[in-house]
Amino acid sequence: MKIKKGVSLIDQHDKNFMYGGKFGGNFIPETLKKPIDDLTKLFSKLRREKKFLNERDYHFQTYVGAPTPFIKLENLTDRLGGAQIYAKVVSEANGGAHKIYNATVHCLIAKRAGKKFIVGDTGAGYAGKMLSMAAKKFGLKCKIFMGAKDIKRQRPNVEAMKKNGAEVVPVTTGSQTLVDAVSECMRYWVSNCDLVHNCIGSTVGPNIFIKICAWSTAQISRELMIQVKDEFGKIPKKLKLINCVGGGSSAAGFWNEFMNTNAEFIGVEAGGPKNSKLHAAPLTNGSKIGILHGAAQYVIQDKEGQIGSTESISAGLDYPGISPLHCFLKDAKRARYTSASDEDALKAYELVSKLENISPSLEPSHAFAEAIRLAPKLKSSEVIIVNSCGDSLKDKDIIKQRLGSYIR
Amino acid sequence: MKSRIALAFDKCKKEKRPALITYTVAGDNSKSNSLKILNKISQHADILELGFPHNTPIADGGQIQGSSYRALKKGIKLKDVFQIVKKFKKINPNKPIILMGYFNLIYQCGENNFLKNCKDSGVDGLIIVDLPYPENKLFAKKCKKKFISFIQLLAPTTTKNRMRQIIRDSHDMVYYISMLSTTGGKLKVSSKKIIKNYNNIKKINNKINLVIGFGITDKNIRSLKSANGLVVGSLLCKIITNSIQKRQNPVTNLNKMLYKLKKEIS
Ligand SMILES: Cc1ncc(COP(=O)(O)O)c(C=O)c1O
Repeated sequence: MKIKKGVSLIDQHDKNFMYGGKFGGNFIPETLKKPIDDLTKLFSKLRREKKFLNERDYHFQTYVGAPTPFIKLENLTDRLGGAQIYAKVVSEANGGAHKIYNATVHCLIAKRAGKKFIVGDTGAGYAGKMLSMAAKKFGLKCKIFMGAKDIKRQRPNVEAMKKNGAEVVPVTTGSQTLVDAVSECMRYWVSNCDLVHNCIGSTVGPNIFIKICAWSTAQISRELMIQVKDEFGKIPKKLKLINCVGGGSSAAGFWNEFMNTNAEFIGVEAGGPKNSKLHAAPLTNGSKIGILHGAAQYVIQDKEGQIGSTESISAGLDYPGISPLHCFLKDAKRARYTSASDEDALKAYELVSKLENISPSLEPSHAFAEAIRLAPKLKSSEVIIVNSCGDSLKDKDIIKQRLGSYIR
Repeated sequence: MKSRIALAFDKCKKEKRPALITYTVAGDNSKSNSLKILNKISQHADILELGFPHNTPIADGGQIQGSSYRALKKGIKLKDVFQIVKKFKKINPNKPIILMGYFNLIYQCGENNFLKNCKDSGVDGLIIVDLPYPENKLFAKKCKKKFISFIQLLAPTTTKNRMRQIIRDSHDMVYYISMLSTTGGKLKVSSKKIIKNYNNIKKINNKINLVIGFGITDKNIRSLKSANGLVVGSLLCKIITNSIQKRQNPVTNLNKMLYKLKKEIS
């Protein structure tokens, strides 16, 4: 499997929308063919339209807040005594995570499509919170599907959604987590696709949703490229970009502009509790290719093809599948993937929050865990950048319960 | 040679009524009950759709999700589904059975292996919810080679041009989804409108056996009886759910409903 030169990551697919001939596609009910075709055509027009790009840039500047900070983690670097560790503090974006990019772009598209009502799924609650914020800003009615288990464990974000006037629909089927929320949201869209715009919260689902999402989060690496060149004068020879992956939207955005550089990409999946067989790490643990939510991907499943149960302390990473983009990057050997356990993520959260002015949520704490593991083994000329894509505030309850106290 | 599905439609046309097509989930509410249900309802139904359950169904409403969940909880596997078909066909060799489900199960089983199992057990047709046209072309061809009908779906959102292409590539039977909905939704479009759409599709090719499904119950089936066939699914799943709750025999209750449905369209 090879990455084609001169073609952006989201456009690496063939005429059947498959990446590397194996991943992605549109495995969808007939009813959604037309809405997805329409959306595909509209997006392909908009991404070439100067006016739309200006609109996007304007809102990223004034509403999302660009650029988000790029900082050196001096204390962590000193403590670990190896590579220089930096963070791209994406959690400083409006709303507190990278999900704002996708939400904003979807609302802009929905407006262009003449839709007045937008729906979305959420796991950690960030995708839902951001969509509710953006919907409010752009005058769209909003409904969010969220697993009942996640509603309980991510309370602060649920409250934010409600405050923004969104209806939060608890999903009580299956494991009552992100996978069920995405399914229920797709079902709702099947039934209401004439009036409703659907925003899938990560780089998963039918191809067009993967594209829109990764195109939106690419803002992260556009900013980072400039910041890295400012800081180092050039792109450091030995550079590692470490990012957590749930669906894979923040990692895709964090890496996009660096695709043709020699930067090394490391994706960190949720390894689940140390003493549990369950996890949410299909790439790390060699899951087979299957179809989930309209796309072929590595997915946790049994021999028959029933989607498997997952477990992670982090609601945002607790998903059995993974973006076809990352399956492609893995098989093309452009990125490598590993996992961090619940316990390692908690420790990483604690160490970073104690030593630095940032406090990553449990999702990026998985990425920090890998950075903390790697840094001492590397030379001081090497650079690690971690995408700190969420703030720990939403995880206050879980952290308090697990560590006894919460620091930020 | 005409397929059993085509023959079933011929028979109904002679009797000047639509084919009555049922949908139940294999293994709901147990393997043996599921076979009993098929044997019983086949006395009234002309074609039987049998769902092979998936735990992440993106186009099914609550009733069919419930049936699938019950079946999976009882541990139903694909091999059991084929066993049920095989046993049914032993008693009812000429009654067409159409398997319906999601593509991942076929993908894991292997397309060729799956089709071989279909052939061996006596499956007559397949409906794959999430394998639309034209992505399904290759698989549909494989089905045809094995004399298994690949049944294409049309939706209210399907464009005229696309309908033409799909119908051109269809076998034996085409399925029209009555409205924008998952299975089991309440009929939110008037029967008149549905029949109007139905007639427009028939104008593309009058020879196809076009059936209507989604939202059909004993209350509205009569108003749609000018179609070539009518599929009743969620209503039957709901009857199983209710029977279990009331500790009644689902087979008896389903039989009563089938009798009623048949009477409505005869
Ligand atoms: C802060 C944060 N990071 C990461 C993720 C994982 O999603 P993705 O892999 O799409 O970035 C989520 C998802 O909810 C999240 O909230």
